[in-house]
Amino acid sequence: MRLTRRAEFSASHVCAHPSLAPEQNRELYGAAANPNGHGHNYVLEVTLDGEPDPVTGMIFDLQRLKEIINAAIIEPMDHRFLNYEVPPFDKVVPTAENVAAEIWRRLAPSFEGSPARLQNVRLYETEDLYVDYTGEHQ
Amino acid sequence: MTRVTRRYRFAASHRLDSAQFSAEENRALYGKCNNPYGHGHDYVLEVSVLGPIDARFGQVVNIAALDRLVNEQILRDFDHRYLNVDVREFQELIPTSENILRVIEDRLRENWPREWPRLEAIGLRETARNSFELKAS
Repeated sequence: MRLTRRAEFSASHVCAHPSLAPEQNRELYGAAANPNGHGHNYVLEVTLDGEPDPVTGMIFDLQRLKEIINAAIIEPMDHRFLNYEVPPFDKVVPTAENVAAEIWRRLAPSFEGSPARLQNVRLYETEDLYVDYTGEHQ
Repeated sequence: MTRVTRRYRFAASHRLDSAQFSAEENRALYGKCNNPYGHGHDYVLEVSVLGPIDARFGQVVNIAALDRLVNEQILRDFDHRYLNVDVREFQELIPTSENILRVIEDRLRENWPREWPRLEAIGLRETARNSFELKAS
């Protein structure tokens, strides 16, 4: 059985690779390469996979899940400029793909040893663009 | 692996009517969708691409290039059109959402750049209540 919790954060970013010329960045990333950045209302969906505990009836404590997402993701990323304030995006281009992978890396330790498995991280950069990340193992 | 999904929209009309059935049979089979002059929907199309994140660019696929492909191959022909009349495939094929998905898959596959990661799935929402998904073969 799967359980999905949604959370939102607003952040700015620039998608441009430092080793590329401005024209190349513009070709690659379009308006997202504009040098002073721009923002999104990101929507994050964290999906856990597991069986409901026979006593509690829960796959995972929802309050605990909310606290994990808040501490690992929302607190450090909300109302921040990702490139300047959230590592590793000082070195890694904060595309939706890379932000989703980083969210996975930050969440994964909280579920080690738990019967519920982190199954999917879905990150909507806009309503019309989203990424599903299921970890590096696949 | 990372799956990137991009959403597109097109508005189109269609009519479901099969030459293999009588007027009454078509009516029974397709209901209101068989009304003689067709009707329209605001379709939502989702195209999913599956692959590794290219470490150089931080992307699975270049979204601007994907937008160009979908615009040229699908939206330009489908948007604000009567599918049965204006889109060549549906002169022979009934434009159910299932068949529309197949046609979209064929068109994308034929023009999919060889160096791109895999076209993984295509979704089509005909109305808020009816959605279809095709795992690309």
